[in-house]
Amino acid sequence: MFRRIFATALLAGFLGGLGISIVHEFTTTPIILHAEQFENKSNTVDQKSSSKQNALLILAHGKAGNAAKNGHQAWGPANGWERTLFTTIANIITGVGFSLILVACFSLSEGTVTGRAGVIWGMAGFGVMSLAPALGLPPEVPGALTAELVPRQSWWFLCVAATAVGLWMLVFRKGVVWVIAGIALMALPHIVGAPQPARIGGAVPPELAGHFAAASLVTAAIFWSLLGWLSGTFWQRFESRS
Amino acid sequence: MNEQTVKTQDVVAASSRKVMPAVVALLFGAFLVIGVGFAHSDTIHNAAHDSRHSFAFPCH
Repeated sequence: MFRRIFATALLAGFLGGLGISIVHEFTTTPIILHAEQFENKSNTVDQKSSSKQNALLILAHGKAGNAAKNGHQAWGPANGWERTLFTTIANIITGVGFSLILVACFSLSEGTVTGRAGVIWGMAGFGVMSLAPALGLPPEVPGALTAELVPRQSWWFLCVAATAVGLWMLVFRKGVVWVIAGIALMALPHIVGAPQPARIGGAVPPELAGHFAAASLVTAAIFWSLLGWLSGTFWQRFESRS
Repeated sequence: MNEQTVKTQDVVAASSRKVMPAVVALLFGAFLVIGVGFAHSDTIHNAAHDSRHSFAFPCH
C-alpha cells in the first residue's frame, strides 16, 4: 500500500507540477514580474523618504526587507532560467505534497477511484485549498499591502481545515444535521474573518492586482483538475501491483 | 467467543493496514506543502517565491 501511494503521488506530483509550471510561465509569472517593477520603484522611493514606518511596511516584502531584518542579504535565484528552475522545483514539490494528500483520501475512501473520479477529488482540493481561503485572503501580487504574516498563515490553516471537514460532512455523512453542521463549519473562518492590512493602497495598480487574483485562481483550478486526473489514473494503474 | 475475537482482531488489523499508510502519506504531504509554501526561511522563501504567490499561499 505504501508503495502504491508513494509511486502514484511521485508520478502525478511530478507531471502536475511540471505542467502547471508551463501554465504559470504564461499566466501568473508575467504579472508577478510586472508587479515587482512597481514594488521596486516603491521601495526606492521609500528608502529615500524619511517615513520609516511606511518604508518598513513595504520593504518587509523584498530582499532588501529581509536584509534589513537580518543584517545580511539572503540568497535568491537570479532572474531568468535560474528563477524559472527554482519555481518549477517548488511547483513539483508542492504537486507531490498535494498528490500525497489526495491519494491518502483515495485509499481511505470506499469505491474505485479512476482518472475521472480523481478530477472530482481534485475539484474538492481546489475548493478547500484555493477557493475558500481566497475569500478572506485574495491571491496577492508582490507589493500588495498585507496584515502580519503569521496571523494570515494561521487563518489559512483554520480555513482549510474547517472547509475540508465541512465538505466531508456534506458529502460523506447523511442527514440534515450533518448538512447544517458542515455549512456552519465552512462558514466559520469567514465569520471569524481573515486578518486584513491596517491600510490599503499598495504600490501595484489595482488592475494588475485584480488580474493576478483571477489568474491565480484559474491556474489553481487547472492544477487541481490535472493533479486529480493524474493521481486517479496512476492510482488505478498501480492497483494490481500493490 | 474465540472466533468472534479473532474476527474483531482481523478487522482491526485490516483497518490499521489501510489507515497507517494514509496517515503517513497525509503527514508527509502536509510537510512538503508547508516546507515549500509556509517555511519562514528567507532562502526557501526566495527560491519558492513565484510558486508561493501563484498558489496564493500567504506570503511575507
